[in-house]
Formats: sequence, structure tokens, C-alpha cells
Amino acid sequence: MLDTKFTPQTWPEHPEQVTQEGKNKYVGIWIFICSDIVLFASLFATYISLRNRGPAGMEFTSQELFELPLAFVMTMFLLTSSLTSVIAMYHLKNYNFKGVQLWTLATVLLGLGFLALEIYEFYHYVHIGFGYTQSAFSSAFFTLVGTHGLHVIIGLVWMLCLVFRNAKRGLNLYNAPKYFVASIYWHFIDVVWVFIFTVVYLMGVLG
Amino acid sequence: MSSVAVTKKKGVGAVIWDYLTTVDHKKLAVLYLFSGLLFFAIAGFEALLMRIQLMFPNSDFISAGTFNELLTMHGTTMLFLAATPLLFAFMNMVVPLQIGARDVAFPFLNSLGFWLFFLGATFLHLSFFMGGAPDAGWTSYASLSLYSPGHGIDFYVLGLQISGAGTLISAINFIVTIITMRAPGMTFMRLPLFTWTTLISSTLILFAFPPLTVGLFLMLVDRMFDANFFDHTMGGNTIIWEHLFWIFGHPEVYILILPAFGLFSEIIPVFARKRLFGYSSMVFATILIGFLGFMVWAHHMFTVGLGATANAIFAIATMAIAVPTGMKVFNWILTIWGGSIKVTVPMIYALGFIPSFVAGGVTGVMQATAPLDYQLHDSYFIVAHFHYVIVGGIVTAIFASFHFYWPLLFNRALNEKLGYLTFWIFFTGFHLTFFVQHFLGLMGMPRRVFTYMEGQGWDLFNFISSIGAIMMAVGVLLMVVNMLLSIKSKPVNCRDYWGDGRSLEWAIQTPIPFYNFKQLPLIRGFDAYWIEKQEGNTEGMTYAEPLGDIHMPNNSILPFIMSLGLFIAAFGALYHPDGVSWSIPVMVIGLGITVLAMIIRSVKDDLGYHLHKEEILAIEEELYGKGGNN
Amino acid sequence: MKKGLKKWSLFPVLAALAVVLSGCGEEYISALRPSGAVGKEQFNLLLLAASIMTLVVVVVSVLYLVAFAKFRRSKLGEDYMPKQVEGSHTLETIWTVIPIILLLILSVPTILATYKFADVSAMDEVDENGDPKALTINVTAKLYWWEFEYPQYGIVTAQELVVPTNEKVYFNLKAADVKHSFWIPAIGGKMDTNVENVNKFYLVFDKESAGLNDGEGVWYGKCAELCGPSHALMDFKVKSLNRDDFDAWVAAMKATEGKTASADSTDLGERTFAQNCLGCHAVSAVTPAGAAGPNLATFGDRNRVAGYLEHTKENVEAWIKDPEKYKPGNLMTGKYKELTDEEISAVADYLLGLSVEK
Repeated sequence: MLDTKFTPQTWPEHPEQVTQEGKNKYVGIWIFICSDIVLFASLFATYISLRNRGPAGMEFTSQELFELPLAFVMTMFLLTSSLTSVIAMYHLKNYNFKGVQLWTLATVLLGLGFLALEIYEFYHYVHIGFGYTQSAFSSAFFTLVGTHGLHVIIGLVWMLCLVFRNAKRGLNLYNAPKYFVASIYWHFIDVVWVFIFTVVYLMGVLG
Repeated sequence: MSSVAVTKKKGVGAVIWDYLTTVDHKKLAVLYLFSGLLFFAIAGFEALLMRIQLMFPNSDFISAGTFNELLTMHGTTMLFLAATPLLFAFMNMVVPLQIGARDVAFPFLNSLGFWLFFLGATFLHLSFFMGGAPDAGWTSYASLSLYSPGHGIDFYVLGLQISGAGTLISAINFIVTIITMRAPGMTFMRLPLFTWTTLISSTLILFAFPPLTVGLFLMLVDRMFDANFFDHTMGGNTIIWEHLFWIFGHPEVYILILPAFGLFSEIIPVFARKRLFGYSSMVFATILIGFLGFMVWAHHMFTVGLGATANAIFAIATMAIAVPTGMKVFNWILTIWGGSIKVTVPMIYALGFIPSFVAGGVTGVMQATAPLDYQLHDSYFIVAHFHYVIVGGIVTAIFASFHFYWPLLFNRALNEKLGYLTFWIFFTGFHLTFFVQHFLGLMGMPRRVFTYMEGQGWDLFNFISSIGAIMMAVGVLLMVVNMLLSIKSKPVNCRDYWGDGRSLEWAIQTPIPFYNFKQLPLIRGFDAYWIEKQEGNTEGMTYAEPLGDIHMPNNSILPFIMSLGLFIAAFGALYHPDGVSWSIPVMVIGLGITVLAMIIRSVKDDLGYHLHKEEILAIEEELYGKGGNN
Repeated sequence: MKKGLKKWSLFPVLAALAVVLSGCGEEYISALRPSGAVGKEQFNLLLLAASIMTLVVVVVSVLYLVAFAKFRRSKLGEDYMPKQVEGSHTLETIWTVIPIILLLILSVPTILATYKFADVSAMDEVDENGDPKALTINVTAKLYWWEFEYPQYGIVTAQELVVPTNEKVYFNLKAADVKHSFWIPAIGGKMDTNVENVNKFYLVFDKESAGLNDGEGVWYGKCAELCGPSHALMDFKVKSLNRDDFDAWVAAMKATEGKTASADSTDLGERTFAQNCLGCHAVSAVTPAGAAGPNLATFGDRNRVAGYLEHTKENVEAWIKDPEKYKPGNLMTGKYKELTDEEISAVADYLLGLSVEK
């Protein structure tokens, strides 16, 4: 498969599902996402039941703590990165390897921007005294949002590995599915963030 | 002994290396089988010690603290580390053969799943030698497990986290395999029932294990990194653990019982020489049980104080599960009704299973009756109930399948006479042990007690129960002896060992070559092999492709290294609360090893290799003599 | 085989079931011989559920034994080829509908009883003086012992619950350290004591306990949730008295108000107790709840030492000498200085003298 030379004309309509391996990967990532949804659902449920819970006389509540502007900017970073990932997949279907690489890198950059803001946010909270061990609320918050952040890091490392590993050899039916499932995974992370934005930040500020 | 006999006379080192790196589903099945058996024996021994302690009132054979460690490890090991891998062994061995595949969808992940499970399990068992095993029960309820001193609970949390990840990975693998790797013509409604139950049970794992992962993680950070999820003085809530645990825990019992149902659904038609009765309703019932299994977790929490409405809803939902389960039981009976029953060891287990399992099932409905459960909950009644289901359902299925699939696994047969003896001793012991426990519970004996005083009317039944446990232990010992004897026995070298095989796995001649099928089969209906036999096809299958090159995956040591990294990191986390200076570095090194292995896996192409036509013919000739597989 | 199929032969079996079940176990601890409204209703549910379930097991077993006996290959011949039946919609419908009907029969009393047992609205009802109408007892489960507070009377006791007969007694249940579960099998089902919230339920005691078990005179209570090494030993006892006797007991308890042990006493036992034990153990029943150790105002009246040992002076001495030996993991070990045998004996005498009934 590696050595077959393609042109945009001979390149298949669904390059991610042509080989058995590609098809397995494609089905596999969806199955994995099913279980990841349950993982996040459990964390969300825990967070909702522990929100604003803490020892007697706890200092921080979600209303005082969260600021929507920062969360909004983070949301924009991640939503845009989903868009660039879609563009990368568009180029994948059209056998435009340069486009795939470029837009995947753009996705990575936007993801890094998101991550930097999240790190800043966490640093800020810890700095003002809202540390991981401060209350049940703080533990639940950092665990939920941090797990999402960990997913982001994994996604970034994954995409970077793909971009560098394949830089010199172009698209083929072996690596096309890899780009494709990484993109699906990235969209999933994005969707989870939308829920975090709603449940943690929006509902947190509105009370 | 191995099902693959291509390369002969390997040194011990080469064999070990072969098993460390193998991605062959049949070899991984063997690994699952023996590690499952090992943990089954350990957990069984723990049970025996407990029953000896409880044989007489106020006995001091085992101390209170040790007893709690034993009961915790017995439950945890039996469910996570014995029943699961033993069933995985059969899934790994049989499912690809049943659907006509050369391997699973992700051979690499298959190996990773096993090593994560095995090293996680090993980690958990190291607790016995490193300051004490977990002692808060397999349910590890949060207030007690946070209070528990020492590292026992830390071993539990970390060990299960690692082995649970392995189980989840294997489940994803099975699901994808069954969806994408079916041979031409193998539609979903032609899948053998064991493949169906594997699919549903893997789906349950997919949805049930993440809550456990989260629960264990919360427990981990609470104990090791001072988080406050379960510390009520800091705003935490221990009931969250109970919910997360049982959202996992209840599906877990279906994860185990469904494949057992599947195994019996293979065994019964073969020895009744009759098509499985009501195939589509069996499939439907399996799906329904799986679905309802997620709706009933709070029936483990009737006495927690969730309120009357929650209790009533969960009571009714739980009772509903009896309906599809009943459908299955009647379908099995109707399968043998009008058949031609040949009594063999697998069949005698199947026949023993039906009444035992029904007895276990009906006591489940009694406990679903919430107000009645206020009396039964956490008494010996529940102990009797779930052992009736687990031993009467899962363990009998596993024992039956040892006999049933041994010819496929090892090209040897287990001894029939010894098999009958084992069955009668084990089966009698089982009923003796657990039947009287129903009454102990009703007579007021709580579960998980390390001793009891005289004068409460419990002495006789406890004594009887312990005698039964000793018989069960003898039964298991005989089973192991039978397995050892099989090494010396003659290779069976045949196709369709039981003579009435119906599904595709029996169409292959043993020993099974590592690529399973030299040509992929074409499936022409349910009970694929039966159809071919009826039409007088001596080769057992119609082929979907001409003989050609076969693509096979490469072996890899990386799964083992990835698992080892987590195993090492776990020690760092374990000792973190002690404030030792090396805990963080060890965690970093361990996780680093894992991440590095993952990156190597990502950037290094693994394209597998091609087995050429001539090589295949040579292998076939070596395995089956001149003329190859005909 | 045919004989076993006759349906009427099942009914004697069901009748026998009730007799056998109710004959099981000791009256003071068996859920099969209930002595309270809650336990009796649960027992009736048990009979109903067990009858239906026995019926199911019998039907399945008979069907299966008949099939097994009739369709053996040894009878049918090696070459017999059975008809390959796919299924039967009629049969499948039957064995779907019949279980549903059986479950519906069971589910109606289930739901009714669930709501009935959860009804604790009477706890808040007060009479014209503003006093609560019903008796409420606050139960606190602690590592291996039980504290019982009677908020209406301002009294506290431990390890032996005293209740009036023939009225609903309400309980507030809570755990002080780890989760436990409060269970008096002969009276009614259990309820957990959680660490973060208070659970409420009620029990009724139909019978005075005086005559039970050849004059031992108590119901047995258990902890039903694994709570550590001494979970098995976390027993308590219950005395049920008629209302008059109960009122008299309450009055006697109230009369211990102000009682304490003096460090200057001439009695070696009282002196030693005051110096070593009084910090955790009160000897007056009129004290706030929440003490570190069980209230000992009624120690002399109890049936057991440490909840499960026979009530003798030797056992009191042995317990004081090495509590860890008798209840591993208890919180008393090491909280007091090592006492001489003479001191221990004197303390034991002092403790056995603490009584409100004598």
C-alpha cells in the first residue's frame, strides 16, 4: 500500500476506509469515543454533585471564581481549531498533502493557544488560593477540566507526531486513516469542551 | 502443546520471548487462560481459608484483619482477575474462528490488553508481600477505604486501574473485530451466539468501565494527593463512590454472565444435535439484558437511603431483567427438547447449570423486592445469591468450556472420566456450600464477618457450608490434574472433535495454523459448519477466495513495555503519601517509558508481513501430513 | 417422571415452605421469626416471593428433567437426527407473558411496602404542648459501638437500646467515622448509617424482650456493613419494655443526672476510673451525645461486655487489660495508662455497680 502512487484522480473517495486496517481504525476510534463519553459523563456528574461544596466557611464559589471572557476566548480557540481540522480533512480527500500538513499544524497551534490559556487559568486559581486540595469543589473542578486538558495534550502530541513522521513521504493509504481518526478525536475533544463551557463556566457564573 | 507447531524445538528463552511479543489471538488466549487459572486458584484458596475460619464459632484460625484482606482479595480477584481473563481466553480463542477471521482487528492492542491486565493483577497481588492487602471489600466503600491504614487500598486502586485499562482495550478490540472482520456472508444474524454475547458483553465493558476508572481515580487522588471527593468534612460525598462503583458493578456481572450464556448456547446445541431454539429471541434477550443492566445499579443501594421513589423504580427495573433471562432459560430447555442428548462432560455442566442458575436468578428477584431486601441486603442471603449465579453460571460455563474447547486450544482432549468425577464433586460441594447460606442470611447472619459467637443458631449451617467449600476445592484440584494429564495425552489431530459441531470453529482441523484459515470461508447461513456437513462437504467450508498470499501482523514487545511502564509508575504513586523522595521520579520514569513506547509505536511503521502461497502449503503439509488440510 | 408432573403436588410443597421457613433460627435474631410490624410484613413478602420463585424453579426443573430423560441419545440411537427447529413464536410469547404476570403480582406489594416503610412524617408531629408525639432515637454508629440518644428525654445510652413495645419507634441514623448499617433482624430490615447525612426509618416492637432466650431477655442487633477488622463484633442488644416499664426506665436514667466519678474517692475503682476513663466514658445518662466512648451509666444492667462477650467480671477485666485482643482496631486501646491487676479488678467492680435497674 505504501508504494502505490496516487494522483488526485485515482485517490479514493474515502481514503480512510479503503484498507482493512483503515476501516478498523475508523470503527475503533468511534467505539473508543463512546467509552470516553461515559468517562466524561461520570466526571460531569461528580462535578455537578460537588459544585460549590467545601468545608465550612469555604472561600471560593463558582460565581466568584469563573470569568466568562477568558472561557469564551478559550472556546473560540478550540472551535476554530475544529474548523481548521475540517479543512485539513478536506485536503486529505483531495490528495493535497501540503494542505493537510499546513492545516493540521494550524490546528496544533490553536490547540496550543487553548492549552496556554488553560495553564494560565489554573495557575491563576492556584495563586489566589483555589488549589486542588482546597475543597471538594476545587478537586472536582480541576479533575474535570484537567482531564479534558490531558485529552488536548494527547491530541496535540498525536497530531505533531503525524505531521513530522509523514513530512517527507506524502499521503498514502497507510497514513490517511491516521490523520482521519486524529481529526475525529479532535472534534470529540471540542464537543466535550462545549459541555464544559456550558456546565462549568456558564452555569457556574449564572449560579 | 501450543496450537501453532510451525517452528519446532525452540529453546525456553525463545518460547518466553515468543509469548512476550506474540500478537496471535490463540497464543494470547493461552496466556489469558493460564493467568486466569492462576488467579482463580489463588482466590479459591482465599475462599477456602475463610470457610475454614467460619467452620466453627469463635474460631481463631485467621485474625480479623487478615480475614478482611482475604474477603477483599477473593472478591476482587475472582471478578476482575479470574472470571474476566478466563472468559477473555475463550473469546480470544473462539470469536475470530467463529467469524472466519485470521486475527482480531487490532492484534497489537490485544497483546497490550493482556499485559496491562496481567501486570495490574500482579501489582495488586504484590500487596500481600508489601505491607498488607486491601481490606475494605471488593466494593471498597469510600468512608472505610479512606480510613483504612497502610497501602492496601492503594494497591487496589492502582492495580485495578491498570488491569481495567487492559480490559477496556480488549473490549474495544472485540467490538471492532466483530464489526469489521467477519468473513463474507457472515451477517449479524448469522453470528454464533457466543460471538453475539462477546459483542454485547464488550459493549457493556465499554460503557461500564469508564465510571470505574473515574471512581478509582477519585479514590486515588483522595488517598494519595489529598483531594476531597469523598471527605465529607471538606464537602465531599461518599455516596458518589457507591454510585460510580455500582454503575460499573452491576453491568460487570452481566459482562461475565453473558459470555457464559454464550458458551452454553454453543455447548447445548452441539450435544443435543439440534439447532439453538429461538436464535433471534436469544439475540434480542442478550441485548435487552445488556441494556437493562445499566438501569438497575441502585438495587445494590436500597438501604443507603435514596428514598422510596428511587427504591421503587429500581426495584421494578430489576425485576424486569428476569423476563429476558427467563426467555433464555426456556430456549435452552426447548433446544434439548426433541433433540438427541449426548451426555459428555461439557453437557453435564450445561445440564447442571440450568437449575443452579435459575435458583440463583430467582433469589435475585427476591432481592429486587426492595422492602424485602432491607432484610436480605448485606446478609449471607446475598452471598448465597451471587455465588449461585457466579459459580452456578460463570464457573460452570468456564469448566464446561475447558473440556469443550481444549481440543481447539491445545490439540488435546481432557479426560472424560476424571471430568465426570470433578463435576460431581464440585457440583455437590457448590450446592452444599451455598444453599444453606440463604438460611444463614435469613437467620440474621451479616456477610463479611470474620467470626460469629455460639448461641445464635448458625453453627450447623456454617459447618455444612465449610464442608462444601472443601469439596469445591477438591473439584478444582482435580480439574487442574486433568489439565496436567492432558499434556501427556495423544494429540487429537482432527476436525470437529465432538462430532456434532455446528459453528465455524469446528470446521478447522487441529492443530490450528497461526493464520487460522488458508482461504477465508464463505458463510452460507447460521451454523455455517453444520450446513456444509449436511451437504457432504468434507473440507468443512466453502471458500470465498482462491489460495493466495496472507497478510499477517508482526510480533512486538512494545505492549509489554508500555504495561511495564505503568507498573513501575504505580509504585511511585503508591508511596507518594509516605513522603518518600523517589516517588515523583519513579512516576515520571514509569510514565515516560509508557509514553516513549507509545511514540515509538506511532512513528515506526508496522506493516506486517506476507505469507506466500508456497509457505502456506508447506506449513499445511507439516501440520496435517501429505495433502494438507482436506 | 410423569407422577412428578401432577400440578397439585406443588401446593403441599408451598405450604411446607412457610412452616419450614418460620421454624428456622432463634427467635431473638432470626428474620424468619419476626416480632414487629415491619419484620412481619417483610416476612410476608418473603413468603410471597419465595412461593412464586419456588414455583418457577420447580416448573423449570421438571421441564428440564423430563426433556433430559426423554431425549437421551442412548435411547434414540446414535444416528437419530432431530428435527432442526428454528423456534416458536407462540411458546416464546407464553414464556414472556407468564413471567411478566408473576412479576406484576410481586411488584404491587413491593411498591406499597417501599413507600410505607419510608413514611417518617410522624417524626415531626407535635401535640398541643409542642412535644413530639412519637418516640425518636438518634443512633450514632462508631467504630465498633453504638450510641443511642433520646432527644425528647435528654438521655444517652450505648450498646443496649431500650424501647417501648407496640408503638412506632423512629430512628435518626448516622455514622461518626465510617459507614455502618443498623440491623435488628428479628424486628425489621436494616438501614445504613452514612457519614454525610441522616437516614430516618421506623420499627415496631410487638413483644417484650424479657422472656427471650431463657431469660437473657434481649433482641440481637448487628452492624451489617463492613466497617473494619471488628465489624463482626459490632453487636448491640435491644430491650423492649411495655410503656410503663419504659417510662420508669427513662425516669431512672434521668435520675443519674450529675453523677460522676471522683478522683478523690475512697473507692479504688472509682478513683482509677476517674483518673483514666472519665475523659471518654460518662457515668451519668444525662450528658450530651457524641462522647468518644460509650456511656456507662447502665453498665451493670447490660447483657454483654464490649457488645459480645459474656457479662462477667473476668471479661470486664480482660477487656480493660487488652481491648485490642477482643476488638481489633478499636479506638480505646492505648488511651489510658497501664493499670495494675488490683486497679483493673476495682474498676470492674465499680463498673458492674453502675445501674439504673437495680
